[in-house]
Amino acid sequence: MSILYFLIGCSVLLALIFLGAFFWAQHDGQHDDMYTPSVRILLDDKPIENTEK
Amino acid sequence: MQPEKFYYDNKIVRNFGIATIVWGIIGMMVGLLAAMQLFKPDMNLGNQYTTFGRIRPLHTNAVIFAFVGNAIFMGVYYSLQRLLKARMFSDLLSSIHFWGWQLIILSAVATLPLGLTTSHEYAELEWPIDIAITLIWVVFGINMFGTIIKRRERHMYVAIWFYIATFVTIAVLHIVNSFELPISAFKSYYLFAGVQDALVQWWYGHNAVAFFLTTPYLGMMYYFLPKMANRPVYSYKLSILHFWSLIFIYIWAGPHHLLYTSLPSWAQSLGVAFSIMLIAPSWGGMINGLLTLRGAWDKVRDDVILKFMVVGLTAYGMATFEGPMLSLKQINAIGHFTDWIIAHVHVGALGWNGFLTFAILYWLIPRMYGTQLFSKKMASFHFWIGTLGILFYAVPLYWAGFTQGLMLKEFTPEGLLKYPNFLESTMRILPMHVMRSIGGAMYLTGVIVMAYNLSRTMLQGKLISNEAAEAMPLEKMSDYYGETRHRFLERKPIQMMIVALVVILIGSAIELIPTLTISSNIPTIASVKPYTPLELEGRDIYIREGCVGCHSQTVRPFRSETERYGDYSKAGEFVYDHPFLWGSKRTGPDLHREGGKYGNAWHYNHMMDPRLMSPGSIMPNYDWLISQKLDTTATADKINAMRKLGVPYPDGFEKIANADLNKQAKAIADDLGKNGIKVKSDKEIVAVIAYLQRLGTDIKVKPANK
Repeated sequence: MSILYFLIGCSVLLALIFLGAFFWAQHDGQHDDMYTPSVRILLDDKPIENTEK
Repeated sequence: MQPEKFYYDNKIVRNFGIATIVWGIIGMMVGLLAAMQLFKPDMNLGNQYTTFGRIRPLHTNAVIFAFVGNAIFMGVYYSLQRLLKARMFSDLLSSIHFWGWQLIILSAVATLPLGLTTSHEYAELEWPIDIAITLIWVVFGINMFGTIIKRRERHMYVAIWFYIATFVTIAVLHIVNSFELPISAFKSYYLFAGVQDALVQWWYGHNAVAFFLTTPYLGMMYYFLPKMANRPVYSYKLSILHFWSLIFIYIWAGPHHLLYTSLPSWAQSLGVAFSIMLIAPSWGGMINGLLTLRGAWDKVRDDVILKFMVVGLTAYGMATFEGPMLSLKQINAIGHFTDWIIAHVHVGALGWNGFLTFAILYWLIPRMYGTQLFSKKMASFHFWIGTLGILFYAVPLYWAGFTQGLMLKEFTPEGLLKYPNFLESTMRILPMHVMRSIGGAMYLTGVIVMAYNLSRTMLQGKLISNEAAEAMPLEKMSDYYGETRHRFLERKPIQMMIVALVVILIGSAIELIPTLTISSNIPTIASVKPYTPLELEGRDIYIREGCVGCHSQTVRPFRSETERYGDYSKAGEFVYDHPFLWGSKRTGPDLHREGGKYGNAWHYNHMMDPRLMSPGSIMPNYDWLISQKLDTTATADKINAMRKLGVPYPDGFEKIANADLNKQAKAIADDLGKNGIKVKSDKEIVAVIAYLQRLGTDIKVKPANK
């Protein structure tokens, strides 16, 4: 059943990649603001028409 | 700083959307055909290309990778651009991704009915297609990460995290489950055998559900549901929490597909424990979705799109509650191998994946075409007939599953099997199979109505191929971090350590694979011998015909099974099985102890027309096995390949393999002749009979007088 060790290795590897991603996200401030992002996605980025002329 | 003007690519989203609809209808039609074959054998249409064994993988591949796959790319390409405030990284890569994926699907449509299959569920496609999938997946990855790098929004919304997890995990799973040794252009053997192969397959199989049918859809839910309801997600914090916990826990739930098999029991328990833990993060997603609609339920009453979302989320909640329950050993003992599992996956597939896809299509298409939906009434009809279809599909199958699971376990007061003939349980559930296909047909009707409705919508509008948008460019990292920049350097050792660890692990894994596989293939049961060349050829026909779709080859250690089939299966019996053929469903009886149960003539007649030997059987006829000549040109290559994988054929055996094959075939043909059946020894049926008669006999105690 040596395959178990290989698969566990793969799973741990994936988990470590995810852990790395989590640390990066934490460090990058991705989790600092837990409210604004949920509202921001509702806003569309339509170009502002030049109406001043 | 000046805002930058740019354009979102809607054309690629539209293309994936159309592909989703077209493949959805095709995949579901094939599913309906397969469903009808399960109560009316005539629906196998009397030819080998449309028998259940070959059609079933076509159905699963079409709905998973063609319907859901295209829907994922549609949702990702639409939401990713808007969440990152950037056009996709490269239009060329988008286009390669789209056409490459459609070609892969077409190659599946071409190869699966021909019987070109690896037999691993949801990974049936042969090795050249596996390579193509890997390449296209990499194209998708480059395109996605390229877009992330050139984004104009520093914060990455939770949906993007789900997409990233999907990409990374599917890549690893697909590669590990595609370790195959090619023999010819469309035939290969898996590197691993027996129990090990089973574990790899279900490690993949379950995570395919997790990271192809679940995480991308959760990501899409987190973008589209707030957009549809025009209100923020209930709790952004919860979404982050359940994302990280979900991806950490999901990866090791696979062994719950192998409960009571010869997989080491600690690995089984590990699978059960992780499956139970999964309830929390799964329900986190469902609750977050449903609560997003708090205070907006009046909208649900009027808006058919939100109705689809609510039913979809509810189906997700039900399926992710039922999954952990089914992975409890006591419940699994009844449910496994029965229609219960088919009902379970279809609640997830039809409800969660299907309904979310429809909702997104109804929301996206009018928007991208600058128009309104052609008919709200038709969409409403689709919703109701689809919901009823799910109920008509799932409820009868739950019923069928309980009925069959319990019947097969029932003993009389005297301690004998109450239903010793497996067929009795099959006949009892046929009405439920009829009901199920009615449910499926209702669901499909809804999809066809949607296709018409959306085509009319597209015709009355005009595609906005490039949608203009404006956003501020991203600040430079140094400005962004300002004073805290030195902290980045401080953290570097930790990052370095993680990177180093990852690199080391990759290296050792690559180094370990060959050593591990070879040493582990040493047989643990001395009486278990490799297949003879004829049996090996017969086994490959068994794989080609998809017999594994209806017949398991693993007897669980229950008295009800050892009484019915024979001694329970041991790990050491499967060491030469590249691939393993344990199966996951018993539409017919288990075959692991089939060898020697019936005479050769019985098998011959049964294959020609199963109803001759078992009146009422729903197995298709396999009469072409009688007329087709066995192809023995690759026998030597097969023996060589097997030897490379650790099967101890003596040196030079490949040279005399076909002579050995002919000798064994002649003996079987002679025996058939004695029973009044005239058949040439070079027909495929002879090889199949040889294989079936070998099954499970190696460890049978032979009577002393024989």
